[in-house]
Amino acid sequence: MFKIIKKECLSPGVYRYDVEAPRIAKKTQPGQFIILRVDEVGERIPLTVADFDRDKGIITIIFQVVGASTEALAALDEGDSIMDFVGPLGKKSDVRPGIGTVVCIGGGIGVAPVYPIARGMKEAGNKVISIMGARNKDILIMEKEMADASDELLITTDDGSYGIHGFVTNALQTLIDRGEKIDVVYAIGPVVMMRSVVNVTKPLGLKTVVSLNPVMVDGTGMCGGCRVEVGGETKFACVDGPEFDGVLVDFKGLMERQGMYREQENVARDHACKIGLGRVK
Amino acid sequence: MMAVSIKKHPMPEQDPKVRAHNFNEVALGYDEETAVAEAERCLHCKVPQCRKGCPVGVNIPEFIAKIKKKDFDGAIAKIKESNSLPAICGRVCPQENQCEKYCILGIKGEPVGIGRLERFAADTEMAKDKEIKPIEYAADAQKVAVIGAGPAGLSAAGDLARLGYRVTIFEALHTAGGVLSYGIPEFPLPKDKIVKNEIANLEKLGVKIELDSVVGQLYTIDELMDEEGFDAVFVGTGAGLPHFMHIPGENLNGVYSANEFLTRSNLMKAYKFPEYGTPIRVGKSVAVVGGGNVAMDGARTALRLGAEHVYIVYRRGEEELPARKEEVHHAKEEGVEFKLLNNPVAVIGDDKGWVKAIKCIKMELGEPDESGRRSPKPVEGSEFEIPVDTVIMAIGQGPNPIVARTTPGMETNKRGNIIADDETCATTKAGVFAGGDIVTGAATVILAMGAGKKAAAAIDEYLKKKRAK
Repeated sequence: MFKIIKKECLSPGVYRYDVEAPRIAKKTQPGQFIILRVDEVGERIPLTVADFDRDKGIITIIFQVVGASTEALAALDEGDSIMDFVGPLGKKSDVRPGIGTVVCIGGGIGVAPVYPIARGMKEAGNKVISIMGARNKDILIMEKEMADASDELLITTDDGSYGIHGFVTNALQTLIDRGEKIDVVYAIGPVVMMRSVVNVTKPLGLKTVVSLNPVMVDGTGMCGGCRVEVGGETKFACVDGPEFDGVLVDFKGLMERQGMYREQENVARDHACKIGLGRVK
Repeated sequence: MMAVSIKKHPMPEQDPKVRAHNFNEVALGYDEETAVAEAERCLHCKVPQCRKGCPVGVNIPEFIAKIKKKDFDGAIAKIKESNSLPAICGRVCPQENQCEKYCILGIKGEPVGIGRLERFAADTEMAKDKEIKPIEYAADAQKVAVIGAGPAGLSAAGDLARLGYRVTIFEALHTAGGVLSYGIPEFPLPKDKIVKNEIANLEKLGVKIELDSVVGQLYTIDELMDEEGFDAVFVGTGAGLPHFMHIPGENLNGVYSANEFLTRSNLMKAYKFPEYGTPIRVGKSVAVVGGGNVAMDGARTALRLGAEHVYIVYRRGEEELPARKEEVHHAKEEGVEFKLLNNPVAVIGDDKGWVKAIKCIKMELGEPDESGRRSPKPVEGSEFEIPVDTVIMAIGQGPNPIVARTTPGMETNKRGNIIADDETCATTKAGVFAGGDIVTGAATVILAMGAGKKAAAAIDEYLKKKRAK
């Protein structure tokens, strides 16, 4: 069992949990993910690690309530425990000194997984320019953390309620237009956002890394559910990724596969309502 | 001498029409009377041939003799001298290719139902809920790490514990059992009654199991040996990455690997969705590609999940089906339709990315290939489509890369399987042994258990020498 040390609601339906998992915290590197299972009947939910504190033995996760399983997770309180917590999974990000200028883009709660990468890149001595985007000011998360982890932080909101009015791609274009010499772009967020970023960077030959979170069961290479086409080859996000060269990712196929269980998700939500689960405290 | 019946006593089974819609066990097991009568068929040959067919060398004639005398405690004790998981082996071993293949009775009639008797002995003991005495370890007992709580790992762990070693099994999933839990369905192998029980017995013996621990990610083998104090390691991580055919349309929605389909149903209990949170999508018509036991498990699971038509699509003929005959028979009885001598060439999708058909080409059999099976050749221009909602690829698995890529000094072959000695299971890294599917490629539960057993003996030798130094 893995205890929730701290629970925080970041914006409606978005939660931050600090989970006691010292062994996993000791090994986790930027870019990696965990899989958790709330209880005996729970689904295995993959979540990218938002932060890790080796000294305190804590893994931080940030998640959005999107279905019955995340609702059950959100229903837990501080002091409650998560039944299973597995990790670190996947390959780590290529964080090292001497990369140069790194642009870290996080869209929505995609800011959470991009944060450890930005922090790691900066600690390694690279120049980090971060861009974070959200639909509006109220659902923006981790602004302070991102500001601390970056040499420069640009914020965009779709409705213009904060920062630059527009999308993360507008901010990226601004950097390009001002002649910023970019060595690598990390883009993590909704698939549509990652695809839009790649649409900007691809013609310029800019190296772009995206982190994928497809449907997954075991997360250790056994089920093949998380397969995605990268450069014409089938890859498994759990053991070959989760990071891939964004230029080579088949985003259309990825988006289609994410809709695989839409019908069942509704059934699960109805069921949760009927039996009185998923009431978020 | 009594006349010996030519046939085995039939196994009582659930009615095919009923069982095709439930997940309860198909075979119900012998009662005492039938078991004793079946045991009486054994001729007790002076030179018993059956034993040479058993990968773990169970003393078959002796345990059968004890059943004959109604000494059921004695029978199970005899089996357990060589096999730590008899309730499982009695159910899932391909006995027809092993012990029973060599039974003299099989020449003129049917062999003794050795597997059924093994199951009877194990189930009889289990029903008694016998107390298991924990092992008393020496203060300086050496520590062995076992990676993977599947058949190879469980068998190695059991033997090592009985030899006095402190064993910790590291299991990646949230449930121990490996393929016994995620792969083989409930209806041939009940999880709570059999698998969990056998594993609990190992734990009572003193074996520690750390779930949710992915070795290679959470610990490396070097860390286990250098920092966590393990004196030897056994790698039994099993068959990993599912194979796909690399045909167009394989990433459409509705295409599963058999691993994923079965893991959702067995490990995650998606057959109880939405009570259990993991969904599974079956649709009305399902094509299962492949002809092995995993394909049969997938097909029979799809039926039970409500599919109206389930097809086995296999490129060779009936004779070449690698699945156990009994499983093929069960599948047919339940209504699985066999589309033999057909090979998929593409999965066809609709405009929203969902499977709507599988396109196959007819095959004909040519000369035998290196595996001894007649090799199939496509019949030109014979392509046709089978309308289906779901495709399950059950064409095998490759090795999981996680442990190998984090273990310098432990060599793998071109396919990525760990290189290990046939007899000792020793890898190229000192103190590290490996066995089961991670070494051989996908095989059977009992072969993996046999490897675990061999490895346990070799690890004992290795650690004895280490102690002597």
